[in-house]
Amino acid sequence: MNDLFTLVDWSRAQFALTAIYHWLFVPLTLGLGVIVGIMETIYYRTGDERWKTITKYWMTLFGVNFAIGVATGIILEFQFGTNWSNYSWFVGDIFGAPLAIEGIMAFFMEATFIAVMFFGWNKVSKRFHLASTWLTAIGASISALWILVANSWMQYPVGMQFDPETARNVMDDFWALVLSPVAVNKFFHAVSAGWVLGGIFVVGISAWYLLKNRENFLAKQSIRVGAWVGLAGTLIVAYTGDGSAYQVAEKQPMKLAAMEGIYHGTEGQELIAFGILNPNKKFDNDEKEFLFDIPIPKLLSILATRQADGFVPGINDIIDGGYTDKNLKGEEIIALSAQEKMERGRLAIAALADFNTARQANDTTAMNEARARLDANYEYFGYGYIDSVEQLIPHVPFVFYSFHIMIILGGYFLLFFILILILSYKEKLPRLKWLLWVAVWTIPLGYVCLEAGWIVAEMGRQPWVIQDIMPTFAAISNIEVASVQTTFWLFAALFTILLIAEVGIMLKQIKKGTEQK
Amino acid sequence: MELNEIFYQHYWWFLISLLGAILVFLLFVQGGQSLLATMGKNELEKSMMVNSLGRKWEFTFTTLVVFGGAFFASFPLFYSTSFGGAYWLWMAILFSFIIQAVSYEYRSKSGNFLGKKTYDIFLLINGIMGPLLLGVAVGTFFTGAEFVVDKSNLTTTGAPVISSWTNSCHGLEALINGRNLLLGLTVLFLARAQAALYFMNNIKDGTLFERSKMQVLYNGAIFALLFLIFVASTLLATGYEIDPATNEVFTRPYKYFYNLIEMPWVAVMFLAGVALVLYALIRSAFGPHFTQGIWFSGIGTVLVVLSLFFIAGYNHTPYYPSIVDMQSSLSIYNSSSSLFTLKTMSAVSLLIPFVAAYIFYVWRAMDKKPITAGEMKSDEHKY
Repeated sequence: MNDLFTLVDWSRAQFALTAIYHWLFVPLTLGLGVIVGIMETIYYRTGDERWKTITKYWMTLFGVNFAIGVATGIILEFQFGTNWSNYSWFVGDIFGAPLAIEGIMAFFMEATFIAVMFFGWNKVSKRFHLASTWLTAIGASISALWILVANSWMQYPVGMQFDPETARNVMDDFWALVLSPVAVNKFFHAVSAGWVLGGIFVVGISAWYLLKNRENFLAKQSIRVGAWVGLAGTLIVAYTGDGSAYQVAEKQPMKLAAMEGIYHGTEGQELIAFGILNPNKKFDNDEKEFLFDIPIPKLLSILATRQADGFVPGINDIIDGGYTDKNLKGEEIIALSAQEKMERGRLAIAALADFNTARQANDTTAMNEARARLDANYEYFGYGYIDSVEQLIPHVPFVFYSFHIMIILGGYFLLFFILILILSYKEKLPRLKWLLWVAVWTIPLGYVCLEAGWIVAEMGRQPWVIQDIMPTFAAISNIEVASVQTTFWLFAALFTILLIAEVGIMLKQIKKGTEQK
Repeated sequence: MELNEIFYQHYWWFLISLLGAILVFLLFVQGGQSLLATMGKNELEKSMMVNSLGRKWEFTFTTLVVFGGAFFASFPLFYSTSFGGAYWLWMAILFSFIIQAVSYEYRSKSGNFLGKKTYDIFLLINGIMGPLLLGVAVGTFFTGAEFVVDKSNLTTTGAPVISSWTNSCHGLEALINGRNLLLGLTVLFLARAQAALYFMNNIKDGTLFERSKMQVLYNGAIFALLFLIFVASTLLATGYEIDPATNEVFTRPYKYFYNLIEMPWVAVMFLAGVALVLYALIRSAFGPHFTQGIWFSGIGTVLVVLSLFFIAGYNHTPYYPSIVDMQSSLSIYNSSSSLFTLKTMSAVSLLIPFVAAYIFYVWRAMDKKPITAGEMKSDEHKY
């Protein structure tokens, strides 16, 4: 095998690259799909041709964005096989199902009805067309549901057991996967984040028209639809974000500790509203955690445990163990130290090796004994691959700053949409040029916020590709580093070129407005 | 192994085969892309062809994605072994589809950075490489690949990778195998012939109709010849067989020929499919004004591809033979998901007829009026 860690890093970089690009386009599809659906519904109900013009205008931008979302999406699915082949076998029995269901239930729906949406205006009835527009939007959300069920399962593996005979995890409860609290929260959180971005996008572009004194009807009406969708999205994001934090505290405490930069947790843990991390701080030194911070007393305990004096473990607490925790069954336990977990993981791996030997020798007694040892230690299986406790800590600055950028921007979007809606109904917006410019420049902030959220979710769970069961480096394919480096740069170049093309087309279409419609 | 499990493994191989067969039929979109420059003598003609294909490309693309997803869900060991091993072959396929996905939407829009010509070149690359490489990849179901699977590697803590490719070409070696290439070229020329059949059905334009007829003739003839050689070489080849009692894999001369004999219903399906494709090609190329060829040829293609997948995976045949370690070969028995997952997925598969029904309904509603030059001159959304 190649230099394992170089290969892992490049494989991760490639997956991150494609996911970051994909996540630039998908949220806009989710948000704009709903907004266009609402606009066409208004056209359908009022028969006002101006609403048809508005609908078709935003639909054009939807189409430009959708195409590149499709282009970046295909590679994500296949990368599980090409670059994470060990993962594909180890959990393919569970993970493959949501991907297949996504294809059957969502992709065909989108592919079928998007054609009607764009080309069906004069070919099908108004009602059929409206239904097609909504079905495209619903298809996009169903697609998000299944991929997020898959992703949530990686963060909180439920509904499965390990089968030593085939050396993989097998599903034993489909509904546990689909209805896991992590999946439910994540689905609503991600889809409503798409609504927020859709709202920001529509409000921002409409604001630009008002600044230029063009497309006034389109701009004023679109701002209201966009801001309502954005506001609804922001409120759902906030609610599900709180739910997500609670789930993270329970199921991925190390991620929460990194999100808040906590090394030594306490009861009544404060929440860092704003902070600058001390770059010299490591888990094994006594440096200060922050150079500067603005804490809010007890708030993290309330959010994470629903109790003002609840204990929130920090990085060192999780490494050292010994505090009262809950296991996956909700029973109170004393948390094991990282070393103890690593020991248990090694016992599990050794038991699997013994099971294989016994199986080859047809020794049923030895097989049963090895299996019992494996079952007793399996929840720490992934720790068996870990060499040092340091590997168990995610990149704290990345996760901490991403989390805080996301939260601060989320708060800003809430105020932004409320302000835009009030001023829009008071007909004051066209005169407030500064606010219109703020709206235009909020568009990139929307993208920053959503990407930050993705980074928190995915960087925060490292080193795990499947929480506690498989570390990322054990999931890769056995290929040359040079191959992955080459495809990484090919993807980077191709996606960047396509992004430039997408933005170029968008800008031209925005500049053109509805003049030729 | 339980009888129940064997049933579901066969059922899922049927679904994978069906998706593969529909995918090969839908590759007429790629075939059409490869014909754009040859058949479209001016912008208007090209525009009619692009817009005709552009309303179908997502079906092909989606079928490919679902084919991949369904393979992952039902036979994860194949997904793990082939995708991770034949890295460059699959990456090349993916690249060719990535550039297709934006090309229709972006090609004629101002501000598209690369210019219309580049997007048309993207469509050409995907049009040729898509069918060719997919054909080569499926060819390895008959010719095998160089891999070893050892699940006990999971207990090696340094590098616990269970399936490994044994050459450094990582899939590119499949391109220099004559039989793989033969299947790739067969799929390509079938896609081109079917594209011409599709244009005859979907575009109302006298000139393009006549040119399509010529393309049906040329590409159909090349396809028929290549197909004949591929089928002959496959039926004469030595294949692998699994001993159901011991699960040992051994070689058997004329394995695929015997599969047809031992599964006569597959042989009937195969012959019916070939007859339908030939009927569509001959009647469209020589008949006076036959526009329904694509349907006959489409059904024929689905039947032929289904039967090829069946002889590759049924009748105790490992569908992914390993030519370096025979016992590592993948079969529907040793590479499938668990019974629980197969059953769960089977419940979901009951949605497939419903999905097919709405696709058929929408397709008919949208294709009631064929594409005309007039529509291309209107200001409606177009590519």
